[in-house]
Amino acid sequence: MEIYFDNAATTQVSPRVSAAIVQAMTQFYGNPSSLHHKGYEAEQALKKARTDLASLLKVQEKEILFTSGGTESDNLALIGAAYSRRRAGRHLITTRVEHSAVLRTVAWLENNGYQVTYLPVDANGRVRPKDLQDALTPETILVSVMYVNNEIGAREPIEELSRIAKAYNPSILIHSDAVQAFGKYRIRPAQEGIDLMSVSAHKLHGPKGAGLLYIRDKVRLEPQLHGGGQQKDLRPGTENVPGIIGLAEAALESYEERETKNERLRALKERLLQGILALEDTHIHGLADEGGAPHIVSAGFAGIRSETLLHALEERGIYVSSGSACSSNHPAVSGVLRAIASEPQWLDSTLRFSFSDQNTEEEVDVCLAALRKLLPMLRRYRRA
Amino acid sequence: MYQSFLIKYAEIATKGKNRYLFEDALVRQIRRALKPVEGNFKVCKEQGRIYAHAEGAYDYDEAVEALRRVFGIAAICPVVILKDEGFEKLAQDSIAYLDAAYPDKHITFKVMARRARKNYPKDSCTINADLGEAILNAFPEIRVDVHKPDIYLNVEIRENIYVYSQSIPGAGGMPVGTAGKAMLLLSGGIDSPVAGYMIAKRGAKIDAVYFHAPPYTSERAKQKVVDLAKQVARYSGPIELHVVNFTDIQMYIYDTCPHDQLTILMRRYMMRIAEQIALENDCLGLVTGESIGQVASQTMQSLMATNEVCTLPVYRPLIAFDKQDIVEISEKIGAYETSILPYEDCCTIFVAKHPVTKPSLKVIARSEEKLGGRIDELVKTALETHETIWAD
Repeated sequence: MEIYFDNAATTQVSPRVSAAIVQAMTQFYGNPSSLHHKGYEAEQALKKARTDLASLLKVQEKEILFTSGGTESDNLALIGAAYSRRRAGRHLITTRVEHSAVLRTVAWLENNGYQVTYLPVDANGRVRPKDLQDALTPETILVSVMYVNNEIGAREPIEELSRIAKAYNPSILIHSDAVQAFGKYRIRPAQEGIDLMSVSAHKLHGPKGAGLLYIRDKVRLEPQLHGGGQQKDLRPGTENVPGIIGLAEAALESYEERETKNERLRALKERLLQGILALEDTHIHGLADEGGAPHIVSAGFAGIRSETLLHALEERGIYVSSGSACSSNHPAVSGVLRAIASEPQWLDSTLRFSFSDQNTEEEVDVCLAALRKLLPMLRRYRRA
Repeated sequence: MYQSFLIKYAEIATKGKNRYLFEDALVRQIRRALKPVEGNFKVCKEQGRIYAHAEGAYDYDEAVEALRRVFGIAAICPVVILKDEGFEKLAQDSIAYLDAAYPDKHITFKVMARRARKNYPKDSCTINADLGEAILNAFPEIRVDVHKPDIYLNVEIRENIYVYSQSIPGAGGMPVGTAGKAMLLLSGGIDSPVAGYMIAKRGAKIDAVYFHAPPYTSERAKQKVVDLAKQVARYSGPIELHVVNFTDIQMYIYDTCPHDQLTILMRRYMMRIAEQIALENDCLGLVTGESIGQVASQTMQSLMATNEVCTLPVYRPLIAFDKQDIVEISEKIGAYETSILPYEDCCTIFVAKHPVTKPSLKVIARSEEKLGGRIDELVKTALETHETIWAD
């Protein structure tokens, strides 16, 4: 039996999405920029994808820019905004718990003449609005806060943060990396005060290499690629038609009966974390209630190296992720766990379990049974 | 310009009546090395020489790279082969050759003729003089220097005439397959692939054994070792890699013996298992990457303790090498990048904070007594269940 609990890393492409992609590859293979019928056909398919996505997000079609995924969207949003607004100021605000696609990008901006403030988070991984209030300066041009944290599932209070920033200075831009949130929450960027939002297809049963950046109308970004004029020259290059169609199809599918699916995910999450807490010397990071994403459980297992437990579960067909990529040679402990001021013992002993709509209660039970068996055994053998 | 390479041997020439064995092995190794290279090659022994001839188009750089990895080669000389159509033609062709090979003519040269076919009308001294003169006339900038020339223009008169002036250094050593086979204890580290490379350089074939300990070591750690074996195989030829599951043995020692002896006891069981697999595969010795004092298990006392358990000779080519020197070879053979990938190997997972560095044989023997008959069963299972992977 294969139990895949690593859906925050990536998901399996759904049959419906893969059918749409195959059709795009074999039928709508024209270049959307070509003047003839094959080009027109591809352009129309692209247009439909754009319409579908815009209506899910309740935004205008022209506000959607297709990219290669989360990392590119984050880079374009941050660097593009920083450059186009460099005369207004050179100060950016983000958080300590962002994905590296944001952290490494702002670090690059720091090396290129910008100042960055990294907001701390509370013990559950959430930014405190007061900290943002204190960090704002007349130089501040952009605030980037993720929608849902990828490691512990914390949901950030974007709407409130946006209100605070805009009250201070209405021209401050709000970016949110919504890679873990899109498809789980009905996000309405326009109403929630978000100016820029990154989305990736492969987290919601879509293909890798496709994503989008929502760019609120009138927000100008400096292009990072230069070429043949596609997408209003903001992101030139022949559009990834199959990827974009896959993204739209995956989004449509994930929005269907979203509430029911989320209830199921929450039930799975509750079952797993109660089961884990019933085991000796365990700990759950982040919030179990609405403050946490429905699909992510981050759990610490005292005295066991996360990588060992990961491989032991793998031997039983259960695929999870280590809370922090860590090895004896390269201690790269998770910044998120540090940021929530987790006790040192959890830094190297945390696993992330992340669900999709396809996971079942039975799978959770199998996983719990495996943990029950493995923990005492693995705890017996440790570094002397 | 070149369609052939003259292969100069290293120590083979000294091997007396066994010489043909060494030459044949070298021919086989050259063929193996050239197989993946773009183009068709004919490798043959001719008049006490080995030549690799390219038939039609081929990738020159790739071919030279491949030949440079073959042990037993002292030098690779790209050679132009001419038909004997009289001295005039030879002079013309030699001039054309120099013109193509050395665009900048501000060089000194010396003609080195060898008349192996004695019915050629000019003797070697005359060829040297006449050909030198023709070249001087053709290129005004060029100079003769008979003591320390920039280039030696070799002209060998045989059935055909061979003209060459370049000599690319080869890997040295002895052709693989002339020394028997050795079993390399291959970990994921920097040292053991280098040790394997060095023993292969003396003509030995290499098999390897790797100990993994799932779930403490991962699939990627194992793949890393396979990749390292492949890297060594580029020099040594295909390696049969034996992957032994060591988890249960490790756990059992952990449960039974003092933890500061864990590493040394593990090493002893690794040597025993490696020797067993070595004997089953007709290997004549074990090879390790140990170097005196590098880690606790490589002090002279520890080496004595691990050495004690096997009767096959244990070859330790790096025993007196400093780490930096080992790293340099590792980089040269292209293993370093892989070696430093950060996956845990089974020697480090349970390592004690302060492992014994001067184990006493008596104390170790007492610990092993405690392991009793159960350890033999575990060793037997490990041997029976081991997996074999071809690294090529």
